Amino acid sequence: MLDEIRAFACGLAAHGLQRGDKVAIVGDNRPQLYWAMMATQCLGGVPIPLYQDAVADEMQFVLDHAEARFAVVEDQEQVDKLLSVWERCPILETLIYHQPRGLRHYDEPFLYAFGAVQQKGRTFAAEHAGFFEAQAAMGTGRDLSIILYTSGTTGRPKGVMLSYDNIIITSCNAAAREGLQDDEEIVSYLPMAWVGDHILSYGQFYCTGFTVNCPESGATVLQDLHEIGPTYFFAPPRIWENILTTVMIRIEDSAWIKRKMFHYFMDVARRVGTRKLAGEPITWAERLLYGLGHVLIYGPLKDNLGLSRIRMAYTAGEAIGPEIFTFYRSLGINIKQLYGMTESSVFVCVQPDGQVRPDTVGTPVPEVELKISDSGEVMYRSPGVFIGYFKNPEATAETLKDGWVHSGDAGYLDDNGHLKIIDRARDVSRLADAEQTLFAPRYLENKLKFSPFIKEAVVHGPERPYVGAFVNIDLEAVGNWAERQGLAYTSYTDLAARPEVYDLIQNEIERVNSSLAAEPQMAGAQIQRFLILHKELDPDDGELTRTRKVRRGFIAQKYGNLVEALYQADDHIAIEAQVLFEDGRSGVIKADLQIRDITPVAAEALVGA
Amino acid sequence: MDPQEPILQAEDIDLAFGAVQALTGVSIEVYRGEILAIIGPNGAGKTSLLNVINGVYRPQSGRVVFLGQERRRNIRPYEVARQGIARTFQNVALFKGMTTLDNIMTGRNLHIRSGFISQAIYWGRALREEEAQRTRVERVIDFLEIEPIRKTPVGQLPYGLQKRVELGRALAAEPQLLLLDEPMAGMNVEEKEDMSRFILDIQDEFGITCVLIEHDMGVVMDISDRVVVLDYGLKIAEGTPDRVRTNQDVIDAYLGVAHD
Repeated sequence: MLDEIRAFACGLAAHGLQRGDKVAIVGDNRPQLYWAMMATQCLGGVPIPLYQDAVADEMQFVLDHAEARFAVVEDQEQVDKLLSVWERCPILETLIYHQPRGLRHYDEPFLYAFGAVQQKGRTFAAEHAGFFEAQAAMGTGRDLSIILYTSGTTGRPKGVMLSYDNIIITSCNAAAREGLQDDEEIVSYLPMAWVGDHILSYGQFYCTGFTVNCPESGATVLQDLHEIGPTYFFAPPRIWENILTTVMIRIEDSAWIKRKMFHYFMDVARRVGTRKLAGEPITWAERLLYGLGHVLIYGPLKDNLGLSRIRMAYTAGEAIGPEIFTFYRSLGINIKQLYGMTESSVFVCVQPDGQVRPDTVGTPVPEVELKISDSGEVMYRSPGVFIGYFKNPEATAETLKDGWVHSGDAGYLDDNGHLKIIDRARDVSRLADAEQTLFAPRYLENKLKFSPFIKEAVVHGPERPYVGAFVNIDLEAVGNWAERQGLAYTSYTDLAARPEVYDLIQNEIERVNSSLAAEPQMAGAQIQRFLILHKELDPDDGELTRTRKVRRGFIAQKYGNLVEALYQADDHIAIEAQVLFEDGRSGVIKADLQIRDITPVAAEALVGA
Repeated sequence: MDPQEPILQAEDIDLAFGAVQALTGVSIEVYRGEILAIIGPNGAGKTSLLNVINGVYRPQSGRVVFLGQERRRNIRPYEVARQGIARTFQNVALFKGMTTLDNIMTGRNLHIRSGFISQAIYWGRALREEEAQRTRVERVIDFLEIEPIRKTPVGQLPYGLQKRVELGRALAAEPQLLLLDEPMAGMNVEEKEDMSRFILDIQDEFGITCVLIEHDMGVVMDISDRVVVLDYGLKIAEGTPDRVRTNQDVIDAYLGVAHD
């Protein structure tokens, strides 16, 4: 591997790479792209990974802002995107691609193949003995190692500058605390532009030397997961949820005896499994039953999902439904929550083994100092804290004060020293109702999304008398449910408009309301009106970030008339929305959306229940 | 495309089934590297012509010359395949119970040298051959972008994907001439665009000559280099798509006129 990296590095040098130059990296996870990152860094350059599913305009902004001179991309799709904005990126000079399919007739003079660059590099290395080693020796821990652009929930993405120390120290501390070995196998399927992948597949790889496997393509990830059987795995809550949904759907489709066995043994697992995983004592009878369950159900199920060898499984980014958490832990999959962000080189808090609960994000990792400000904002200081935002000193000054990062998250420490996150601090506000109820939108949205039928939710509340909600149904789960009910449907929009589906969702919301009514502060935050959106919220339309977080301000603006309708009396509203198709064309979707009222559960009604 | 060098010549083919005359005196030439479309109304004898080229039907008279060599009258279809002609079928003739990968592997059958016993025991030479063949098949899978369905039994695939797998099986045989019988049948616009792109890529990347039977005129006019028109077993026109489109005989027999 050193050979390949050295050859590519010298090739870049032959094409004029200087210390401090920025090299954009775009594509699915591929060894060659990781080598390109390493090669760039060895020469003192700075890699700038981009999200591979970004549209050309988004890329142009980052490429231009970062002042990238080189771009190393995976395939024709990325090449085409870059060529379409080439004129608007005057600093970009060289475009290197790895996968040649479809590029045979491209004759741009600045376009080179990965292999060709390496060839040039080998010649260069022969002519300049010791060049590579000399360049590599010039780097120091405090040098800029990478700029990761955060997908902004508000405004334009910001370039987080991370040093080598940031990455290495954090990676090693976390690896040591979690006991990572050099024989771990991971599957690197999350975007290279995301800090999580950079730490897991890159930083921690450097620390421990474990094996990084790249899936064949986006469409084959599940099969590849099955073949590889990773020991160390990260997935955002959404993916854990999807896996569970798929399993449940397939169980419902299977023979009577299999269903019976599955439900019986999953029951056993729920009673016994979580305790077993936490190392708590269990009886002989329980051990036997669980063992039988392992042979019949848990083992084959985990194997089918590719999760048989998992030693450490993590999730982060959003709250995870308690049932989902319990499901995996009861199967013996050691799923834990962690807390971190790009600005912290990921690891701020991790749940230690034996202290895993669905509602906390864990205790601080070694060398991380954590404190809660008077206004309830989480602040931390650590060797992983970023250098600053590239070319954005105002934003840096706002976030980084005295070495302490103001995370922007509202949270508190519970009695066990675990951190609990409520919501983004700026999103927490109050309703305009009698009790001035606390309004923490993500808290409510997460509760809604715990339902398998709800894929995405956006709640509205500040300055309003009650909470209203937009809901996106999960096409797979609701579609499956609809088939069982004998409900025919033609498309997502059609299914989302059905009164039966509205009933289903109303039911789910009523359950959430009951659980809110049981909390003293939250009774007033029950959802009283909702509508089901006719189309899924999509990053391509700007409604979600590339890491699928809701862009509240943008949605409130784009669907302003729907928000207003939630606070009026009509039971339906017509809508026309612009959508952006994957090839850049735009179109208009029209629909008539039903709006439903829900009577909130009275808090008193539950007392004594 | 080299006009001087036809890789296939069918001269004066007469084919009859009892009293039914399927083909009468049909002569066509296929040049290396071109895409030739055979069009015509149903029952015109298009599939029969393909079957003659394939060696499945033996014409009553006429001769077939492939790669400069005249063909024996009693040649068997597998010998024709071995010479370098592969085909796909109108109604998808895959092994429904086998996976995509295994189906495409069967396309390599003619290139395998080890015998029955050796393959049954699966060691030594058979093992090495299997690996070599698998490498080639993976290239085809990569080209047709069907990696996610590699291990799926073909019977579970949607129709459009089954056709693609069949194309893959024909490609795996590494033919010089590829016969495609209505590759676009039953596909929607998007699937047709995909299939057209694959056929053009086959011509571009592998240099394989293609003969296809097709009813979708849009596809025919777009991707074929030359067109041959059959009607009631006779060749009634031949030439570039534009020439054939405006030929009066073709319009009368097949294309028809647009109503105002």
